[in-house]
Formats: sequence, C-alpha cells, structure tokens
Amino acid sequence: MDMSLPVRAALTLEKLPRRQRGMVAAIDWTQLADAEARRLRELGFDEGVGVEVLHRAAIGRGPIACRIGRMTVALRRAVAGAIHVAVPAA
Amino acid sequence: MNAAPLVALVGNPNAGKSALFNALTGARQKVGNYPGVTVERKSGRLVLDDGRPVELVDLPGAYSLDPSSPDEAVTRDVVTGGSEFERRPDALVVVLDAANLDNHLRFALQLIALGLPVVIALNMVDLAERDGLVLDPAVLARELGVPVVPTVAVRRRGLDQLREALAGAVGGGGIRPHPRTLETESVLQRRARNIASAAIISETPAHRWAHWLDSVALHPVMGPLLLVAVLFTMFQAVFTWATVPADAIDAGFAWLQTQIAAALPDGFVRSLLTDGLIAGVGAVLVFLPQILILFLFILVLEASGYMVRAAFLMDRLMAGVGLSGRAFIPLLSSFACAVPGIMATRTIEDEKERLTTILIAPLMTCSARWPVYTLIIGAMIPNMRLAPFIRLQGLVMFGLLAIGIAGAYVAALLLRRTVTKGASSGFMMEMPKYQMPRLGDIVLGLWTRTLIFLKRAGTIIAATTVVLWLLLSFPKLPEGSAVSPVDYSIGGRIGHGIETVVKPIGFNRDIALALLPAMAAREVAVSAIGTVYAIDDKGEGGEARITDKLRGRWTLPTALAFLMWFVFAPQCISTIAVTRRETNGWKWPAFMVGYLFAAAYIMAGITYWLAVFAGL
Repeated sequence: MDMSLPVRAALTLEKLPRRQRGMVAAIDWTQLADAEARRLRELGFDEGVGVEVLHRAAIGRGPIACRIGRMTVALRRAVAGAIHVAVPAA
Repeated sequence: MNAAPLVALVGNPNAGKSALFNALTGARQKVGNYPGVTVERKSGRLVLDDGRPVELVDLPGAYSLDPSSPDEAVTRDVVTGGSEFERRPDALVVVLDAANLDNHLRFALQLIALGLPVVIALNMVDLAERDGLVLDPAVLARELGVPVVPTVAVRRRGLDQLREALAGAVGGGGIRPHPRTLETESVLQRRARNIASAAIISETPAHRWAHWLDSVALHPVMGPLLLVAVLFTMFQAVFTWATVPADAIDAGFAWLQTQIAAALPDGFVRSLLTDGLIAGVGAVLVFLPQILILFLFILVLEASGYMVRAAFLMDRLMAGVGLSGRAFIPLLSSFACAVPGIMATRTIEDEKERLTTILIAPLMTCSARWPVYTLIIGAMIPNMRLAPFIRLQGLVMFGLLAIGIAGAYVAALLLRRTVTKGASSGFMMEMPKYQMPRLGDIVLGLWTRTLIFLKRAGTIIAATTVVLWLLLSFPKLPEGSAVSPVDYSIGGRIGHGIETVVKPIGFNRDIALALLPAMAAREVAVSAIGTVYAIDDKGEGGEARITDKLRGRWTLPTALAFLMWFVFAPQCISTIAVTRRETNGWKWPAFMVGYLFAAAYIMAGITYWLAVFAGL
C-alpha cells in the first residue's frame, strides 16, 4: 500500500465530516443513473477536485450542500454516497 | 435583402446572459439569481458601432450540448443549427461567470469547438473580485484562441469593448476557430481546469459573510425556521401593508361613481358606467397593491439567490411525494401567477416530475384568487383577536393557503402513483452566490406586472363585466313587478340554471352567476358579484359596499363552501392554455380541469355540510 497518500478507506462524500476538506478520489458511476452521472460531471465532479461538505439539510435524510471547486452544489445523499473522497490524515 | 447577422448568447445557467442581453439591446427580459430564469429563446436588436444591425438571441442556460431538460434542448438545437424555428447563428457570445471559470470553461470549450466565431464575455468580474479572485483575460484569450472581454452586465461595464469584439466576429474577418472533434467530458473538464488556473492571477479565500448567511439559511434547524418566517412575513405583508393604498383606490372609485351619477341622467349609459364598469373594474383594481407586494417579495427572493436555498430545504419534503426541491421554485412562483410558474417547470429534467408539477401548480393560491378570498373573508368572518398578532380573518386566510398546499401535496402523491408514475430523477442544483437585488430590476418587474394587471382589468375583466351587466340588465323588469331585476334578466335565468347543479354544495344564485365569468380571470368573481348587487339593489336605492350586501345575503356555510371551491377549482383560461402549450396537447389540460373541478365540488360540498351540521 502506498503510504505517501494517506487515505481513509471507504469514506464517501455522504459521510465526510462537515468542513473537512477532501479531494474526490473516485466516483462510482455504476451507482448513478445516466442523467445523474452526466449532471454530476457537468457540475465539475471529477477525480482530483477539492470538495467539502458545507451543510446537511435537517428533515430526515435531506440533501447535502457541498463546495466543489469554486461552486456550491446541492445533491442528494444517495449521489453523495457514490463519490469517494480522500482526506489528508489528521 | 440580407438578414442581419444572428448572434446567440450562450453559457451556463445563471452566468448573466439575460442581464447582458438587456444591457446590449435595451430589452427588459426578466433576470434573476437562480439557474433557469430564462426558459425560452428571446431575441432583440443591437446596433454595432459601424451602424450594422445585429439580431441577438438570448438562450436558456445549459451545462453542455447534451441537454437534460427541455430548456437546454432549445439551446443545443439553436447553436448546432438543428432548430426548426431559428437559423444557425453567425457568431456566439459565450457568457462565463468569472468566479466559476473552471466549470463554465468546459461548456465554452465545447461551444468553441463548433467552429462558429466566438467572443467570450467574462461576466460578473466584480463578484469574482469580491470573492478575492483576480483573473487575466489576456491569458484566457490566448489559451482559448478567441477574444475575451471582461464585463459586468448589470452595471453595464465592458459593453463597448464587447460590441467592438462582436463587430470583428460577425464581419467575417474575425478569428474563426477550427471545428474540432469533440473530446470526452473529462478531457474537456481537465483542459478547462488547466486554462482556468493559468488565467487566475491571485486567489484569496472567499469573503465570510456569504458563508455566515448560508450557515443560517441552510442550518438544519434555523434554515427551515427562517424559510417559514420569510413566507409568513410575505403573506402577512400582503394583507397589512396594502390596506392604506387599497382604501385610497377604493375611495377614488367611489368618488368617480358619485361624480358620474351626478353628471349623467339616470339611464342606460349611467348604469353601464357606474354599475357595470366602475363597480366591476374598481372592485378588482383595489387589489393591485396586494398583488404588487406579493410580487415584490418573490422578485427579491429570486434576485437574492435565496430561491435555491429554499429548494434545498424543501427537497426532503418534496421527495416524499416523488418530486424534488427543484419543483419548489416554480411552485412558489405560482403563488404570484400559475402561468409563469408552469413555464418555469421547463428546468425540471424528468418529464413525469415536470408534468406532476404542472398539474399541481394551480393549487398554489395565485394572486388572482386573493381578491376573492379577501372580499369574502372580510365580509363574512368576524375579525376577532385570538392571540397577540393573530386574528381570525388572517387565520382563515392562512388556512386556505395551507389547504391549497396540502391539496397539492396529496395530489402529487396520488398522481405520482398513478398517471405520472416513474422513478425520481433526483435533485442536483448549483447554488448561486448571494447578490443584493438591484432596485432597477425590482422596479421594472413590478412595473411590468402593473401593466399586465391593468391590461387585464381594462380588457378581459372590463369586457366580462360589461357582458355580465348586459345579461343582468335585460330584459327590463315590467313596471311595478315584485321580482328582483336580476331574477327577471337573461343572466339571472342562466344563473338559476347553474344553481341547480351547485345547490347541493350550498351555492346560491349569485355564486352560480360568478362562476362562469371567473373562468376568464378569477378576479372577475369579485366584480361579477359587485355587478349583481349593484343592479339588484336599484329598487332599494342602496349604494352600500359589497361587503354589507354579502352579509345580508350569504350564510356562513355558503361563504366557506365558496372559499373552498376557489382553493381547488376554477383555473383561468390562461392557465389551461399554457398547460396545453407546455404539454403539447389537450390531454393533460383536460385531465387537470377535470380533477380540479371534481376536487373543488367535493371539498366545497364537504365544507358546506360540515358547517351546516356544526350550526355555523
């Protein structure tokens, strides 16, 4: 295992703690519908892009708001669960 | 004769294309701060510095040439020359949000690859600078191979340079990029990011107040509370702020009525003017202040960037009935008017979700129904104080709005399980930066609305009122007859015919008479009742206000049933027409009219009989 890039395994954007800066490590496109996958790409989600969770909506399992690049994007948790994130080890 | 060169404004949603379009052509297109304000192409004229005219089209924003919603398809068709309504543009102005360069550049690269002459408008550079981002347009121009002009459309900065660059582009001598084969999305994406980082001179962390705002607006607890407070203030303001101007308008019309009554001899013309036109149109115009206050709130919400935050907060709730937060924006606009609301559904990607949103939009209490509610509530419901700040009249009003929303919620739930069944398309939306609403845009929006309202009052409402007056005035009552003049007239007889159908739900003759013209425009229900009583009361010589007349003639159960009817039923003709246009046929508008009338009849009936049994 490459220790130079410390990655907490199996961390997705859905579980990323608020205000913790991360980087998109991989996106599991197979979990997403075609339209969802395309819109996600169009909004700038791609490997290597910086990402951060800003807010989680309250009621039930509402959507999350995250920063991707210089943009703030709202997406649902199911989609966030397909986005794998790497964070620098604390 | 050669047609003027055609130039299209294209770019990502909320990049400021419509603001730039307005600045360049002097047009007054609606602008707002959320993705998807423009849902159809709009064209205008612009004159270059050398005097050549150019036709400019403003296209709906898109993320790529691969459309995922009906409004984006319009854009793709026009720029690729595949539109049946529009020739292929001679050049493109690609509008980029300077603060979102890495993302917007990807679409720009796709557009440049089409091979049309391109000028880049690097828009909202002021906001980018506010965010601590300094860009080098020259680097961008070199990397992209096309002219780049920094602009601030809303402050009209950079327009001269843009016109100049455009002159080069449409002159034939401009740089024409070579058509390229399209690269894959992720290759484009990476190129876009590289170009963006090359063009960024300096970057300091973004300012904090927008973060602070969002940490309240999107907070799990405070966010929803703030949304409720905003909506509550909005509806509250409509009723409290409007009293003074509304009373002034009311007094103005009453004065006009007495002046005419004094100046003209009793007879046909005087009755037509005072009982028909002034009583009818005046009864509706009184509500202009309320409608403007409602629009003021919605315009400010749209311009500030809060709309998408509200959509974010509402998504979970909407998901419960198979819709998404995106549907919240058209539905909130429908409180002002369902027609623009239904058009705004074009930004909804999923066809079934879009259809559902269209079908429930009329259940949002549009501003045209407020006059009806206000009149009836004002006349029939005692204004007792229940608690500090809470009065019975206000509570009933909120109840009616809430019933409409609940009805829409239930309707969506049922529709999504039956006729508009399908998988949810999810919710993914870009959140715009907060912006201070510009006074000019707000004033313009309100002015446009005032003109529309006055035009309606002067045409549809005046015409239906006069027709109704004619129907109610003839044939004239024989001398000495004890029958009411209305009952004796043609209109009265039609009214009695309809009454047999609506009697089971507690409606009287006057309501039956008001229902038909209310289809033309809902406010007419108010003017129709005004006209009926103006004619009917001739014998008693009463010039009493409508409210006093209502109190004497209606029972409380009837009034409540009438209110409930208006929550559900009569969509106006314009709503039906726009639904037909947006769904390409008569099937869905027919379905909509059918289910809403059925719901109205049943709900009004239930209300009436419950009220009767409760002894109200």
